[in-house]
Amino acid sequence: MATDTLKQHDAHAHDGHEHHDTGAIKVFGFWVYLMSDLVIFGTLFATFAVLLSGTAGGPGASDIVELPLIFISTIFLLVSSFTFGLAILAQTAGDKGAVLKWLAVTFLLGLGFICLEAYEFHHLIAEGFGPDRSAFLSGFFTLVGTHGLHVSLGLVWIAIMFFQISKQGLTDVTKPRMLCLSLFWHFLDIVWICVFSFVYLFGAMS
Amino acid sequence: MFGKLSLDSIPFHEPIIMVTVAAIAFGAATVVGLLTYFRKWGYLWREWITSIDHKKLGIMYFLVALVMLIRGFADAIMMRTQQAIAAGGAEGYLPPHHYDQIFTAHGVIMIFFVAMPMVIGLMNLVVPLQIGARDVAFPFMNNLSFWLTAAGVVLVNLSLFVGEFAKTGWLAYAPLSGIKYSPDVGVDYWIWALQISGIGTTLTGINFFVTILKMRTKGMTMFRMPIFTWTSLCANVLIIASFPILTVTIALLTLDRYLGFHFFTNDMGGNMMMYVNLIWAWGHPEVYILILPAFGVFSEVIATFTKKRLFGYKTMVWATVAITILSFVVWLHHFFTMGAGANVNAFFGITTMIIAIPTGVKIFNWLFTMYRGRIQFTSPVLWTIGFIITFTLGGMTGVMLAVPGANFVLHNSLFVIAHFHNVIIGGVVFGMLAGLTFWFPKAFGFTLNEKWGKRSFWCWLVGFYMAFMPLYALSFFGAMRRMQSYEPTAWQPLMIVAWVGAVIIAMGIACLVIQIVVSVKDREQNRDLTGDPWDGRTLEWAAASPPAHYNFAHLPTVSSIDAFWEMKQQPGGFKRELASKFEDIHMPKNTTEGPLMGLFSIIFGFALIWHIWWLAIVGGLGIFITFMFRIFNNDTDYYVDAAEVEKIERAYYKRLEVQV
Repeated sequence: MATDTLKQHDAHAHDGHEHHDTGAIKVFGFWVYLMSDLVIFGTLFATFAVLLSGTAGGPGASDIVELPLIFISTIFLLVSSFTFGLAILAQTAGDKGAVLKWLAVTFLLGLGFICLEAYEFHHLIAEGFGPDRSAFLSGFFTLVGTHGLHVSLGLVWIAIMFFQISKQGLTDVTKPRMLCLSLFWHFLDIVWICVFSFVYLFGAMS
Repeated sequence: MFGKLSLDSIPFHEPIIMVTVAAIAFGAATVVGLLTYFRKWGYLWREWITSIDHKKLGIMYFLVALVMLIRGFADAIMMRTQQAIAAGGAEGYLPPHHYDQIFTAHGVIMIFFVAMPMVIGLMNLVVPLQIGARDVAFPFMNNLSFWLTAAGVVLVNLSLFVGEFAKTGWLAYAPLSGIKYSPDVGVDYWIWALQISGIGTTLTGINFFVTILKMRTKGMTMFRMPIFTWTSLCANVLIIASFPILTVTIALLTLDRYLGFHFFTNDMGGNMMMYVNLIWAWGHPEVYILILPAFGVFSEVIATFTKKRLFGYKTMVWATVAITILSFVVWLHHFFTMGAGANVNAFFGITTMIIAIPTGVKIFNWLFTMYRGRIQFTSPVLWTIGFIITFTLGGMTGVMLAVPGANFVLHNSLFVIAHFHNVIIGGVVFGMLAGLTFWFPKAFGFTLNEKWGKRSFWCWLVGFYMAFMPLYALSFFGAMRRMQSYEPTAWQPLMIVAWVGAVIIAMGIACLVIQIVVSVKDREQNRDLTGDPWDGRTLEWAAASPPAHYNFAHLPTVSSIDAFWEMKQQPGGFKRELASKFEDIHMPKNTTEGPLMGLFSIIFGFALIWHIWWLAIVGGLGIFITFMFRIFNNDTDYYVDAAEVEKIERAYYKRLEVQV
């Protein structure tokens, strides 16, 4: 879907006057940014793996993982990716109202994910298993927390997009931004699949 | 209210620092006074600070780099002086806690705030012109990148007179840089200066990568791109892939220091060896980020001044790509002694040696380009020849260090210092100064004085050999790096020779400054209106000097490598004449948000360094709100209408006729 839109924009960009800052270049630039962000997550995964055994007598992965909770938050995030897809479909159809509606649904699902994560973190810290307890927990909180921070920033961005689209409509400015945001949101989903598999599933099995 | 900050944080009792601060304050007051007296604030704001013009940003990067070169060199000469006198029980004039800050600041400044701004400055100035573009892909982001870099510069310099700088060495190895062993603000200055400027660099990397891939003019396929553009492309790939690792590493150290995490601590499961791995997984690609564009400069210079197409264009490109990839699999050679095991060391030793092969390919390409060429011995060519010899030598000592067995003897000795100065001065500095001389007329419309340029070159060359060859020798006698003082008086004579070398380099820097001053004074004699003072080969020389803000009134069409040279070889040659028809040109508008976000970044960083939490919130909100203004500002571009373009072009051709 994103590729199709890219092509349309490309064609559009070339019959226009100049080719800087057009939608296609923005989306491509955002792809490149995502790749650099991926390096951030890759580094954090490596760090997490290295510190896995650094529990310093504290809890290990299997002691802190609560799969039922993570299952619910995973469902929230996966469904939110789907609803964002619906928002993009609505944008392609030019239906501003539907775009706003699906953005709002996505926001609520993302917010649910963040609330569950906040609950999980609070719970762990209250039990004395905060990030300062051991290197393993430092790695755990930082990896999961960096993803959570990204989702939170995504929520802020969704709120801004909602406001901007409701004021300005679907324009040449807002549409490429929606495409970038959708890339960002799906990207966070993919990263979460890795977090879910390597941190939680392997953790529960260990 | 003010966190850790108090009046005691200002080192009134350190005469060296106070004199420096007084000199800087006097200099700043003079600049402010002159700007006010000549009523230039508005000009400065409109034409420079808020500018999104890649050429002006390039000039500003270079200006920052030259100023910081002097700061970094002051650190260097202080260290050389200390080591020249602190032998056999003498303590010299710098106490250890001050000496340690100086070698840390020297490394940080020279890499992050001299070499990087020079490389990025040159990319800014040259790349869009070489690919026949009117600007970069994201002009606002380009301005923001510059101001984030500038914010890092400001923070590093603030550490001079508020608090102190890190005493850890330029890469702040953990656990020394952890809160337990470095409880002061020094490491925090290091953290926030590098974190903020590093994010600016990442944005630059993305920006130029997209610019080169998406904004080339008609006909410029990848294998018709000038070599400097190619090397810039590869350097930007390295930035995109490696700077995020630096961002993470610094962030983890920040968490350790600020929130009691245990990534790199000795206890609670922390792993300090992971720090060294992470920082070098960024650090090794970083040195190629610096050297690849320098290789690009030499390629352009040598082809231009021998009047020949570069020998082996395609091998040059593939050698660059090979180095780009290999640079990610050699990082462990920085710490063979860590104890990763013989097999691991052997792997990284071999990959390191393999890098010498594509580099050797490049050396031969330059030599064969010169072979039977009509070489003009201009100062850029002198820098290039000086580079080929010096860099080859430095490369060979690098291969020596790549032998793990030898490395166990040489690790952390002056040999390492001599080696990397050999490649960084002989490679990056020579390259950037060659680039400065080569493209200066493009930026300003007049050439630099050759006499002072050549003097600068000879001082740098002789000074370099005198300053660093003794260090190779000393290392075999057991002299380590980062010594505040040493016992064996037998080392002292060579230390004094090295000091003399540093003084000669100082003369080289002085010649450089004089060169610029003299050239500005005599600019009418050295005026170049043609835009092509060297009989150049690539598209930047087809534009006027300095180019109009839109670079090209009509975008050129490219049909081969060395596109401009080909145009000049056509029957009838290349004529600069007024086109009959002009069209509207779409251009970005200046931005106030870029510099404002830079300013708030300084506040944000400073507040976090000193634990002034409310001020950090102010700074952070400032960044966010300013960015929101940008997001909701739809008035970011405009059309230069055809009549205006015609007026600018007419004025240019009129001046051209008068000169001819």
